[in-house]
Amino acid sequence: MQQLVNGLSIGSIYALFAIGFTLVFGILDRLNLAHPAVFAAAAFVGIELVTVAGLSIWLALPAVFVVGALLGLVIERVAFRPLKGRPDAHFAGLISSIALGGMLIALLQWRYHADTRRFPAESFPDTRFQLLGAQVTLLQAAILVISVLLMVALTWLVARTRLGRAMRAVAENPTAARVLGINVDRVTATTFALSSALGAVAGALFAMNVNSAQLGMGAAIELKGLAVIIVGGMGSLPGALVGGLALGLAEVFAVQYVGSSWRDLVAFGLLFLVLLVRPQGLFGARRVREV
Amino acid sequence: MTSLLSVQDLTVSYGRVEAVRGISLEVPEGGLVTLVGANGAGKSSVINAITGIVRPRAGRIAFRGADVTRTPAHTMVGRGVVQVPEGRQVLATLTIEENLQLGAWRSSGRRITEVYERFPVLAERRGLPAGSLSGGEQQMLAIGRALVAEPTLMLLDEPSMGLAPRVVDEVFAVIAQVRASGTTVLLVEQNARRALEAADYGYVLATGEIAHEGPATELLADDRVVQAYLGAE
Repeated sequence: MQQLVNGLSIGSIYALFAIGFTLVFGILDRLNLAHPAVFAAAAFVGIELVTVAGLSIWLALPAVFVVGALLGLVIERVAFRPLKGRPDAHFAGLISSIALGGMLIALLQWRYHADTRRFPAESFPDTRFQLLGAQVTLLQAAILVISVLLMVALTWLVARTRLGRAMRAVAENPTAARVLGINVDRVTATTFALSSALGAVAGALFAMNVNSAQLGMGAAIELKGLAVIIVGGMGSLPGALVGGLALGLAEVFAVQYVGSSWRDLVAFGLLFLVLLVRPQGLFGARRVREV
Repeated sequence: MTSLLSVQDLTVSYGRVEAVRGISLEVPEGGLVTLVGANGAGKSSVINAITGIVRPRAGRIAFRGADVTRTPAHTMVGRGVVQVPEGRQVLATLTIEENLQLGAWRSSGRRITEVYERFPVLAERRGLPAGSLSGGEQQMLAIGRALVAEPTLMLLDEPSMGLAPRVVDEVFAVIAQVRASGTTVLLVEQNARRALEAADYGYVLATGEIAHEGPATELLADDRVVQAYLGAE
C-alpha cells in the first residue's frame, strides 16, 4: 500500500510531464524536445520564487504555470514556426527544439551553476496521515490531486470547449481549419503554451517530491516521458495519464521487490511487454488519414 | 449592379509553375457567377487566392471596394467571404455538430438550427462523426457549415465532384436556394454545362487564362465554347 501511494505520486508527475509531450504531438504532429528543459527550468524558477521572492508555494505553482506557458510560446515561435513550411518540418522541428532546450539549460547553468537547489524546508507543511496502513504525506496527496486535476481540466478543454474543437480541427486537417476561419498559428501557439505550462508544473512538483532540482533532471525524465506516450498511444491524453501512473508504479515496485539497480530494466521491460501485446499503445487507435 | 468582388490581373504561382496568369473577374452583389474549365485550368487557385488560403503573386482583389489581396483566410471568413472547399474537407473525426460549431467560429452560430431544419439528415446524426456520412451528405454538411458562418459571398469549389447524378441535382438545388436567400455565389465547376445553366454570368478558364466570358446563356449558345468545353450533348 505504501508503495502504491509512492508510485501513484511519482507516476502522476510522469503523466503530467508526458501529457504535455503528447498534446503537441497529437495535435500538431510535432515532437517538442525542448519540453524536458522547460521541466528543469520550471523547478529552478519555482525554487527561486519561493526562496528569493518569498512567495508561498500555492502562489509559486500558478506562477510556474504562467512561466511555462510563456516558454511554450517562445519555443513555438523560435523552434517551430520558422520551419513550418519545410517538407521535413517534423524532423527539423525535432532538431531545433533540442537546440533550444540546450540553450535553455545553458542559461540555467549560467544563472544557478551546477548546484543542486531545494525548496526551503518550511515551504510545504510536513503533514502526514494514515491511509489503509500507508503513510501519506500531504505533499504526495497534493501532487496527485494537482496533477490529476490539471489533466482532467485539459481533457475537458480539448473535448468540450470551443478552443478544444479548434485544436482537434487543426490536428485533423489544418487547411480545413483555415477555411473555417480558424487562425491556425494562434491555435498552434496556444497548444504549445498549454503543453509547456503543464510540463512546468510537473517540474516544480518533481523538485518538491525529491526535494532537489538539478540541471539534468529534464534529461532524466525525457526518456520516461517518451516511453509513456508511446505506451499510452501517441497523441492520446488518457493514454499518457495511465501510462505515466503505470510507469511510476512499475518503478516503485521494481525497487521494492527486485532491487534499485533493476528499476529501469523492470519498468521499461514492462513497457515493451505492453507494446508487444498492443503495438499501437494502450489507447492508441490506428489513425486513418483521408487524402 | 455594383461589384461585390473584383479581381484584377490575378497571378498565382507555385514555385515556378504559374497556375493563374493575370485573370480579372467581377462578381456582382446578389449574383451567381461561375468559373468553369478543365481539371488543372487554375480554378481552385483563383478561389484559394480570393479566400486568402494562398497568396497571389500579383494582382489585386477587392471585396466591397476594400483591398483584401493579402488578407489572411481567418480574417476573410469574418468579413463574410466563406469557402466550401474542394473535396468537402469535413472534419471526419469530429461530430457533425462540432463541424457546424466550427463553421460558426467567426459568427454567432444562430444559423445552426436553420441548417438542421434544411438538412434533417444532419440533425438526426448530429452526434456522429462526420466521416460516417455519405459523400453527398458530407457535401451538404460542407455547405451547411459555410452557411453557419453567415456569408455575404459563398465560394463553392467543385461541389458536384464525385457525387451521383441524383445527388448533384440536390446540390444544385441547394445552391439555388442559397442564392435566392440573398447570398452572392461564385461557383467553380468542372461540370460546365450544369454550372452555366445555374449561373447568370460565366468565365471559361483554360491553362490559367480566361478563354471566354459572358452571360451564361450566351456561353451556352456559343459554338466555340460548346465544342471545346461542354462537349456534344
